[in-house]
Formats: sequence, structure tokens, C-alpha cells
Amino acid sequence: MTTNSVTTPSVGSTKPVSRQAIFVGILLALGLIAPFAVYPVFLMKGLCFALFAAAFNLLLGYVGLLSFGHAMFFGWSAYITAHAAKEWGLTPEIAVLLGTFVAAGMGAVVGWLAIRRQGIYFAMITLALAQLMYFVALQAPFTHGEDGIQGVPRGHLFGLIDLNETMNMYYFVFGIFVLALFFLYRVINSPFGQVLKAIRDNEPRAISLGYQVHRYKLIAFVISAGLSGMAGSVKSLVFQLASLTDVHWHASGEVVLMTLLGGVGTIFGPTAGAYLVVTIQNYFATLGSWVTIIQGVIFVVCVLAFRAGIIGVLRPFLKKRGIEA
Amino acid sequence: MMTLFGIPAAALFGQLLLGLINGAFYAVLSLGLALIFGLLNIINFSHGAQYMMGAFVAWLGLTYLGANYWVALLLAPLVVAAFGIVLERTMLSRLYKLDHLYGLLLTFGLALIIEGVFRNLYGISGIPYAVPKELAGGWNLGFMYLPIYRAWVVIASLVLCIGTWLLIEKTKLGAYLRAATENPALVQAMGINVPIMITLTYGFGVALAAFAGVLAAPIYSVNPLMGSNLIIVVFAVVVIGGMGSIMGSIVTGFMLGLLEGLTKVIYPEAASTVIFMVMVVVLLIKPAGLFGKGA
Amino acid sequence: MLKKALIGAVALTALTAAQAQAQYSDNKIKIGVLTDLSGTYSDLAGKGAIVAAQMAVEDFGGKVNGVPVEIVSADHQNKADIASSIARKWYDAEQVDAIAELVTTAAAIAVREVSKEKGKIDLVSGAASTALTNAKCSTTGFHWTYDTAALANGTANAVVKNGGKSWYFLTADYAFGHDLQAQTERVVKANGGEIKGAVRHPFPNSDFSSFLLQAQASGAQIIGLANAGADTINAIKQAKEFGITQGGQSLAGMLVFITDVHSLGLETAQGMMMTTGYYWNRDDETRAWSKRWSAKMDGKMPSMVHAGTYSSVMHYLKALAAAKTDDGMKVAEQMRALPIKDASGFAINGKIRADGRMVHDMYLAQVKKPSESKGPWDYYNIVRTIPGDDAYQSLADSKCDLVKK
Repeated sequence: MTTNSVTTPSVGSTKPVSRQAIFVGILLALGLIAPFAVYPVFLMKGLCFALFAAAFNLLLGYVGLLSFGHAMFFGWSAYITAHAAKEWGLTPEIAVLLGTFVAAGMGAVVGWLAIRRQGIYFAMITLALAQLMYFVALQAPFTHGEDGIQGVPRGHLFGLIDLNETMNMYYFVFGIFVLALFFLYRVINSPFGQVLKAIRDNEPRAISLGYQVHRYKLIAFVISAGLSGMAGSVKSLVFQLASLTDVHWHASGEVVLMTLLGGVGTIFGPTAGAYLVVTIQNYFATLGSWVTIIQGVIFVVCVLAFRAGIIGVLRPFLKKRGIEA
Repeated sequence: MMTLFGIPAAALFGQLLLGLINGAFYAVLSLGLALIFGLLNIINFSHGAQYMMGAFVAWLGLTYLGANYWVALLLAPLVVAAFGIVLERTMLSRLYKLDHLYGLLLTFGLALIIEGVFRNLYGISGIPYAVPKELAGGWNLGFMYLPIYRAWVVIASLVLCIGTWLLIEKTKLGAYLRAATENPALVQAMGINVPIMITLTYGFGVALAAFAGVLAAPIYSVNPLMGSNLIIVVFAVVVIGGMGSIMGSIVTGFMLGLLEGLTKVIYPEAASTVIFMVMVVVLLIKPAGLFGKGA
Repeated sequence: MLKKALIGAVALTALTAAQAQAQYSDNKIKIGVLTDLSGTYSDLAGKGAIVAAQMAVEDFGGKVNGVPVEIVSADHQNKADIASSIARKWYDAEQVDAIAELVTTAAAIAVREVSKEKGKIDLVSGAASTALTNAKCSTTGFHWTYDTAALANGTANAVVKNGGKSWYFLTADYAFGHDLQAQTERVVKANGGEIKGAVRHPFPNSDFSSFLLQAQASGAQIIGLANAGADTINAIKQAKEFGITQGGQSLAGMLVFITDVHSLGLETAQGMMMTTGYYWNRDDETRAWSKRWSAKMDGKMPSMVHAGTYSSVMHYLKALAAAKTDDGMKVAEQMRALPIKDASGFAINGKIRADGRMVHDMYLAQVKKPSESKGPWDYYNIVRTIPGDDAYQSLADSKCDLVKK
């Protein structure tokens, strides 16, 4: 997707960096004290989806590829982690890494197929492949179909820290989230990230400059798939459950919504979008289908009138104050 | 019992026939998608929701107005097309200058809203819609008992598909449409009102979906979620066929339905995935699709 | 009688003994009814279960030892993950003390995991799988209304004895369907019957045609429907459309609720055998309670899940009063100790076993011919009463680790 309404973030000069540091520091502090004020399970759910959306945003915001099948990475790695933790008794950090690697591997195959086409075709192909993987999940014995993998043990981190303690679990999730987001930030602002943006803005030019566009797209796809998988893995430990909901195309749609609402191609946008959507779900959970309607309305409003998203709108304001968001 | 390739012939023909019926729905829906894509360059994600609306309009008409099946078959496509035209005029038309992906996202959002509203009103357990009296009962074909209604679905879809193909390939209106697909600016310059043509094309594509919905109502019962799972299969059908030709989407639709039926006999576990696997193979061999032009 | 006596006792306790004796956290009792409010099972459970739970609270007097009781409810959409996260939120953040109803085995097991972890009470009524009292059993978890073993012992026995020897299954592809099929196979084989095969269909499903063709090709006498609710209804209707019943095969619905018979109509459903834990038109007591429920539900009549929800919530309230605390373990102890009796006429000869199974009399019923039915919802002839101990899995076969052997 061309993000013509959004300016490409430039690497700031020395002085604004300190402002940036303060801004990031405040966010970090908020994240650290939040579980004392807000229901931690809700916060953890938000963090999982925020990571998922941030990973998705790497593709949509920085390569211009709209994947409509990211739920396959999110949901499948949830299954892998849940199975590894429950049936093989792996420690949580290994189980999460395993889920992440499997998702990255799937990303390599799916990406290799899907980047043969662009635009709408790319979206439809990823959607169809995700549906294929959904049916595989429905039928594979180890996923337990409709029942899902239930009663997944959270286990002890490194064999030491008991993650059944809600606070321990929260800081585990928060730590993963911060590290992953930092990694994404470095990717985006690396020379590799600059090439991705060049491909997004003008693919033929990038080709004529001699870049192997397909290879760049594929690497970005694998990173995005892997981190989406990491989000799904963590979620399966938080809720001690891996189910079909996370592989369903609704989950693919939700992550698009979160990214769009928060701001495509921004660093903190997906997080903002994810928390907003999760809050809506939380608030309207007892009303069932109202969640779907509200999500649909947000989609329509975002596409018609709010294409920059929340952070996209705030960005000029923040930029004046030396903050890159 | 007679067997073919070690499979009971009755089961084979029965499943193939059921596959043909599913194929009829794939064909009508992918035809509508292809028409809309040809002129508007957007993928209409709400196609499944509009198919579902067709079924609901039929049921609502029967329940509140006493309109029978045959009336519904005419009326529901018109009502849903009118709804579609309103959407196109008020929302979709604002996006033509932007990236086509925004059209996909908008129609996805619309699909969620439509689906959610019907779920809220009618739940998801499905509402029965009786087979019309004229088509009740069935024929015993020896290898299977074929409900007359299912045979009617195949025939009606075939007639509709061929009719649409003739309309586009053989009439003046169709010629304008094809020309506008190739080069809208030129057609506009020749004094033809392209925006109206776009609106009507969208309406017609949506009407096809609603027609399929009415056909489906007596088989699948009227259910808010009936379109959302079907539409993804239809997307795969569209990717396989390529969006190049009208005939291509019709043929692909029926063929894949048959293939699905065949899979149900040979290896039932793969029945729900076989179309997606075909898509993968086609992407590897001919990325533009079986009937597509260029990449 | 007992109810009045108990209310009297409660009132007395409130007057004489110091209220401080009763320890109810946050001075409120909250019971969550978690059910399917929009999907396949919304008729047989759904809103009717919330109404039944509210009736239990009202009949109990609205208060336990002076502490008010509140019913909250939510739609789990038959999804394990939604059920699990609502249960977690209810227990963690909204002071819910017990969760009732829980149709759909996948959702019930998900809630069971959370309840077990938090030491809270769950009162399963709508879900069927015997897993709830075997591998997934818990001290604070109760399975109230019926289960797959009882259904198979009732219906499959009767069908095989009537000559239905060879079976083919259409099975809903999740824990409940698998379990119901396994239980039925066990009974069929024990009676000298034969299993020709099975096909699993997605849940929920609307088009059964290709599955029915497979069942037809198998040549089995009986097509066993190991599914429930709208799935069963659709399968029966489409079997008629494809001429399967005319072809000499018959269908056996392993789990049929009165609400299903109502939507099928007697013309289609007549003659069908089924096992049920409750029938509203069985005696004066059931009729009286059902008519009260019916008045709140636009003239519908309760399914066994509705009556079971009432019965389980009522028993929970009595146990709360007797335990003088809402601590899950202590309440569970009282639930096992107190006799089970309530106004719905549900739990005849009811008792709770170590594995959490509430064992009570079940009924083998046959759907009436249209000519036999005397009015709306008059659908069943009770063929025989199955004593609880015969209907349910015996404790000796239990895989529950709470059962001492």
C-alpha cells in the first residue's frame, strides 16, 4: 500500500534524540507500573496483539505489502508453543523460540509463493494460504480441532522463575515485547529498511538500481512472520490455550484493523491500535456480534476519512517536539 | 455394487454431482467478482455478505410479505443490487483515485458490518427456507437419489453464467463494457458515461451474488455466516482462473467444484483444502492464473 | 417443603447467629451464566438458562444469609478461548463465585481449567462429554444434567435391541462428538452390533449432503448422529431430502433435545427414540415448574439443560448457606453432603459422586405421533425410567484421580 499521506521518518539529529529518549522512557515506565493499576491479563493480551500488529506493520507500512493471512503465523506458532510446553514439557522461553522459528519457516514458504504477485493478488493469495493452514489446523490431531490445546502450563522461565505468578508473567511478556519492538525499530532504520522503503515507494526504480527486490521482500516477510509467531506463542502461554480463533481469517482482519487504526508505517501506531481494539473487545465481549459491527465501522471510517491513523495524525505534532513515533 | 477405480460408482457419481452444485455457486460468485474487478479494479470483499443478504431478503420477503421463492429470485437481486449501488456511490467511488487495496479494506469492513448486523438480529444457528413446492421431491437416478432442487441450482446457474457471457461478448452494451475495462479514458471521450457504467456494473455483480444467495437458501438454510467462509474459497478460484476472462471464471468455478467432489470420494480429509493446493500449484506454474493475461 | 424449611433456617441464622459468622468475600454472591446466546445451541441453552438461574435465585429468596445474590451472563459463542478469557476475567476482576450452564464441551473444559486453577465452583449443565468427570474432573467442578455415557446407555441400547445392528456415524468434529461416538460404539458392540464406519463433519455445519451420501454408501442400518442442536436438525432434514430414510436406513439422534423436536416438527421426528434427563410433562411437579419458566419464555417449554441449570444453581445456593462461606472447597464439600431436591422435579434420586458427577434418574423417551400429541410441546412418551446408577458410567471405570480405588 502506498502511504503517500505519511512522511518517511528520518533519523533525528543529536539533540532531539534526548527528547526521544525521554518519550520512550516515559512509555517504558508506564509499561512497568501498568499492571498495578490495570487487570494484568488484559494488559498482556494487548501486548501480544501490539507485537503482532507491529510485525504486520513491517510488511504493510515499510514494504507496502498487504497480507491478509497473518493469522496463520500467529495461530500456528501458538499451537506449536502450546504443544511443546504441554506435551514435551519444554521451558517457556524455548517453547516461544520454537514457535517463532516455525512461524519464520512458514513465512519463508508462504512469502516465496506470495511475492510472485502484487497488490490485490498478494492479499488474496495470503488469505487463501491462511485458509489452507486453517483447515490443516482444524484436522491435524495435535491441535485438537475445535477444543484447541487447553491447560497449557506456563512453566518456569529458565527453569527458575514461576510464570504462574501473574506479575512474573507480565514482565516476561513485557520484556519480549520491548525487545521485539526495539529489533523492529533497528530493522526499519537500517540500510536494509531504507531499501524496503525504496521498494515501497517505487519498485521499478529499486529494481533498476540493481536491488534484488524479491530477496528483500522475502526477508521482510520472514521477519514479519517470525515476530507474528512470537506474539502468538506468548499469547498461548498467557491464556494457557491455543485455539482455532487465532488461525481464523478474522484474526488476520483484526491485525489489519489494529495497524490501520493506529497508523500504518509508524512505530507506535500498531501498539495504540492494538490496545484500542482489545479494549473494545473487552468492553463489548458480552455482546458478541457487536464487536464485529464496531470493528467494521472502524474499518470503514479509517479507510474513508482517517487513513493516517491515530499516530499518523499525531505525528506532525510529535515531530515538532523532536519525537519520532 | 459397481465400482470404478475401486470406488463404488454410486458414491463417485453422487459426490461429483454434489461437487457440480458447489461449483455452480463458485462460478456465479467468481463471475460477479471478475466483472467488478474488470471495471473497478477492486476486489469486492463484501461479495460473500451480499450473497448472504440475497438469502435473507428471500426469507424476509417470504415471512413478512408472503413473496414466494420465484418472486424472491427476481426481487432479492434487485434489492441487494440497489443496496450495492448506494454503497458504491457513497463510499467506494471516493477511493478510485487511491491504491486499490483501500477498496479491499473498505469492502472488508462493510462485510463485517453486514454480517454483524444480521448475526445480531437472527443469531447464527440458521433459519430454514423451504424448497419451493414445484421443485420438491427427487429423482432416483439408480446411483443416487437426486433432489430436484439441486438439479435446478445447476441449471439456473449455468443459464445465468452463459447469459452473462453472451451479454458481455455479443451485445453493444457488453462491447462498451469491455472497452471501458481496457481504456476508460478513451471510452469516456467517445461520449459514454463511464461513472454510470461503473455503478451499474457493481450493481450487476452484486445482483449475481444475491441471486446465488437465493439459490442457496433452501439448501444451506439462511445463515449470517453462509457467505464469509465461501468467499475465501471463491478468492482462491479467482486466483486460479485469473481475472482475464468471463468464460475463464465460469469454467474454473465448475471445474473446481467437481474436483472438490472427487476429492471427497478419494481422500475426504483433503476436500476442504484441495482448491487451495491447486492454487499453490497454479501460482508456481502460471502465476497469472489459468486464463489470466500477463502477471 | 425442604426449600421452605431451608429458607426458614436461613432467616433464623440471620436473626440469631451473628452475621459475621458467614464469610462471603466482598459481601456479594455472583453467579455467572456462561452460555451460547447466539449460535447453534442458543435454543437448547442460551437465554432460557439465564432465566432458569434467575428463577433459582428468586425462589431461594434473593439472599444467602443476608448477602445478596446476583446473576451475570455472557455469550461464549461456543469458543473455548472466549469462554476461557471470560471465566478468567469474571474470577479475577469481577468477583464471580461460580459459573453455571456451560454448553459446548470445548468451552466447558476451558472453563473447568480456569475454575480448577482458581478454586472456584463450576456447574456444568449443557456440555455432554464424560471427560468432565474423568480426565478433567475437579473437586470444585460438577456435571449436572446428563452426559454422553448416559445418552449411549439409554438410546443405543434401545435401538440395538429393536434390531438396529449395524451403525455408521456422522460425528461433530470436536471433543463432544468424538466422545459421544465412542460411548455409543461401546454400547453397540456390547450388544452384539457392528460399526461400519464414521465421518466427521465440521462444527457447526449446514450442508450434510456429502456426508449423508457416504453414510448411505456404507449400507449401515442405522446412521448415528453424534452431534447436537442445529447440526442434528439439519442432518435429519437433509436425510429426508436425499431419500435416505425412504431407502430403508434409519437415523438415530444420539443427543436430541425437546427444542430440536420442536423445530423438526412431529411429522418428521415421530417415532424417534432418545434419552433425556428431564421432560416437562412428566408429572405435576415438572409441569408446575415448567409452566412458570414458560411464562417468562414466550410459551416455550424447558429443555433438560434449562431445568438442570435451575437445579444446579439452587443446590449451589443451599450449599453456600450451609457452608457459611463462598470458599470453593468448603462449598463443594457441602454440595456433596446435602440432599438434592428442588422445585423443578429435576434431580430424582440425585446424588453427587466423588468425580463430580450428579447421578440421577434418566428417561428413555419416544417422540409421539402427531395424532397422539394433545397440545403444543406435548411430544414425548416416556418409555422407561433408567435408574441413575445404570445410566451413568460406573465409578469403577472412572479415570478421575479424585476417585479412591
